[in-house]
Amino acid sequence: MPEEKRIPIASDVDIVAARQEGRSLAAELGFSPTDAVVIATAISELARNIVQYARVGEIVIRAVREGVREGIVVVARDDGPGIPDIEKAMQDGFSTGGGLGFGLPGVKRLMDTFEIKSRPGAGTTVTVAKWRS
Amino acid sequence: MPPEESTMRAELVAHFRRSREDLRRQWAQLMTDRGLLTGLSAEEVETGAVAFYDIFVSCLETARYDQIRARADELARRGVPRGMTTEQILGVIFTLCDVLERSLIATYRLDQEKLWAALDIYQPVANEIVSVAAMAFIQHRESLILQQQQAIRELSTPVLQLRPGLLIMPMIGLIDTARARQITEQLLHAIRDRRARVVVMDLTGVPVVDSKVANHLLQTVEAARLLGASVVVTGISPEIAQTLVGLGVELRGLNTVGDLQGGIEEADRLLGYRTVKVDGPAEAGFTRAAGG
Amino acid sequence: MGIPILKQGEYLIATVQSPLTDRDFVQLRDELTAAVARFRSRGVIIDVSALDVLDSFAARTLRNIAQATRLEGARTVVVGIQPDVAFAMVQLGLALEGVATALDLEEGLAYLDRTIGGERRLHA
Repeated sequence: MPEEKRIPIASDVDIVAARQEGRSLAAELGFSPTDAVVIATAISELARNIVQYARVGEIVIRAVREGVREGIVVVARDDGPGIPDIEKAMQDGFSTGGGLGFGLPGVKRLMDTFEIKSRPGAGTTVTVAKWRS
Repeated sequence: MPPEESTMRAELVAHFRRSREDLRRQWAQLMTDRGLLTGLSAEEVETGAVAFYDIFVSCLETARYDQIRARADELARRGVPRGMTTEQILGVIFTLCDVLERSLIATYRLDQEKLWAALDIYQPVANEIVSVAAMAFIQHRESLILQQQQAIRELSTPVLQLRPGLLIMPMIGLIDTARARQITEQLLHAIRDRRARVVVMDLTGVPVVDSKVANHLLQTVEAARLLGASVVVTGISPEIAQTLVGLGVELRGLNTVGDLQGGIEEADRLLGYRTVKVDGPAEAGFTRAAGG
Repeated sequence: MGIPILKQGEYLIATVQSPLTDRDFVQLRDELTAAVARFRSRGVIIDVSALDVLDSFAARTLRNIAQATRLEGARTVVVGIQPDVAFAMVQLGLALEGVATALDLEEGLAYLDRTIGGERRLHA
């Protein structure tokens, strides 16, 4: 069973590839079908952000184990322009999914843990994880 | 001059194997005295004890614990669902440890150096065995508790079909986020499987929810709509009403009715049902009105 | 990769059969809006039961399709959203506002019959 998948993101085709990798790894790890869809959806949004704001980047999907817990970690990394105001980006002003903003609050809701590092001019790294229940 | 470790270990193993019948009898007696064997049959005690004693001695001999781990796991798997407690199994093992230790003390009481050497070998093994057995039991109990919690969650939120196309979900008690999530999944699958077009979600039995759960419930309503079903929420308490309003989200589209009865009437209306009392032996019936 | 669009009387039925990239979605939007104009369709059904993920772009495009076809005089209903997909969508905050939804093709057709039939009666 492959423990890590690295998907370069440069176009909309890669978004589909990334989320399908995430979905199958989640299924392999024994996540419920609902959780597998949730994970795939989060990956889709993260990959979408990369294409939209940074043009290129990569998504790394990894199985993890912490004691008896098993889970999946997704790292979305790019060298794009960065997010100038992270706090604002994390505000839920766009919960209707109108396509504005980065969709990050939604991704945070979907996953169990959420971490973001971004600086203008220095790229963005978003790390999310979900544990198998 | 302290005896060599491997020689000492071999001597202990031989001693315990030789004294097997005698020590097993002492063990059984002590367990009975301590009241540990209630609820177990004589054959269960006999076969269990034989196997356990031999594995114990084999752990002493090899300093490997996989046999004990497997045995404890099997015992826990069978015993825990039947109500065997961790205290009970630990009591049984501790008693054997006591019996074996006393046997060593009796055997080497005239040679303190040898006794110390014997205990140096014996005690770590005994401690490890207790630890392994306890862990196996705790893990099985925890997994049983999780299973039961899941079953309770599912049982406490039944999804009932009142008429074709109409589901009722009476919710009772305290709802945490795990349960709310499970309710959503259950409802969405029920909507698809039973082709429901209206769901009456009754909160009469739920006095209060926190804002996270309230949000989950609203999401459930939205998700149901994506499957073509509309949700009528009934029985919202004053506390829950305030929690919902405090969320600051759009509530205008939420279809609410005061009580379950009213909710069912509203659902009937949405589905195009009309309740009609028919003449004759006083039986109420219903017909589906034309159109929708 | 084209998505088959079937004409059934005054209705168009588009059945998605495999995961769609963004450009596939845009193509679907263009083809549907063109077809509605060409056939003067009154109703559109988009069947997404084969999709295992509906993200923000998918949601936005479906809403665009519904709005555009509405301007052209047609009602659109999205059918076949899977339970797990609906769950993930609402967590993400995508509720497809303003887009009619139904369980499946059969329910979608019934919805269109009810809605468009009603509109026809109003204008008679």
